[in-house]
Amino acid sequence: MKIEVNGEAREGIATITDAVAAVTGARRGIAVALNGEVVPRSEWDRPLADGDAVEVLTATQGG
Amino acid sequence: MDHHATRTDADLKIADKTFSSRLILGTGGAANHAQLAEAITASGTELVTVALRRVDPSASGSILDVIERCGVDLLPNTAGCFTAEQAVRTAKLAREAFGTNWIKLEVIGDEDTLLPDPVELLDAAETLVADGFTVLPYTSDDPVLARRLEDAGCAAVMPLAAPIGTGLGVRNPHNMALICENANVPVICDAGIGTASDAALAMELGCSAVLLATAVTRAADPALMAAAMRDAVNAGRAARLAGRIPKRHLANASSSFEGMADL
Repeated sequence: MKIEVNGEAREGIATITDAVAAVTGARRGIAVALNGEVVPRSEWDRPLADGDAVEVLTATQGG
Repeated sequence: MDHHATRTDADLKIADKTFSSRLILGTGGAANHAQLAEAITASGTELVTVALRRVDPSASGSILDVIERCGVDLLPNTAGCFTAEQAVRTAKLAREAFGTNWIKLEVIGDEDTLLPDPVELLDAAETLVADGFTVLPYTSDDPVLARRLEDAGCAAVMPLAAPIGTGLGVRNPHNMALICENANVPVICDAGIGTASDAALAMELGCSAVLLATAVTRAADPALMAAAMRDAVNAGRAARLAGRIPKRHLANASSSFEGMADL
């Protein structure tokens, strides 16, 4: 199953929790979009499907 | 002057929060977190903006730690969004990430000037207000658009002084003053401030607060400029409250001619 995490194709990712863990150890200040839609933290364990695109986002400097 | 201003002035109230500082600091452009922390402290601000971006696995330390250590509130923005749909999604992600329903709404219409897209902006503002967000829209200095944003339920309106990062100062003081006169929500001058006198002028024109980033973060000495901006905002506010004298064409002697010696 191929999942895209922050624009990069990855293998072995079954859930959003896996996708987050693949790019960061942080949990605070993180939000996730699945195929463009916000996924609340309570639903991070739901299984992903082949071709899903996950965005893992956090705060950066910005005006 | 500080003492006098605090004796006569009320705190800034935006939605359900009050602030004793009328300076909001954007964090974009700081060379590093240590320099940013110094600038935040020197500015006296109580509210700083952040952007939402992909996590950078190589990043050392989080800006969230800086903000927490400085004891200031966080205002996420939708910088980089070109459509209402993108901005609404970004706002929802920010709410999820930071547990705040406050959003600095930015919908850009042009890559070169970074001027707001008024149509998309109003559309996004209406959607976000309906979804329970406290919306602070970055807008052009258009009095009609400012009124439409206020009517849409925005908690403040944030007209630009000049395009983002230009440091050109208040390009249209007349429009800025008109917006301030007509608004029933705080008017926050956002973007285009270059130096302390620009911030003071915005406050003298009637703005309730000033939001700036680049002018401080890219100054040669960010902490010193942050302190200058703090003083400028306080001075401009005090001058506004004090009521400036009318401008005159001809001189008006401040020393009386009465009792002049016959020399």
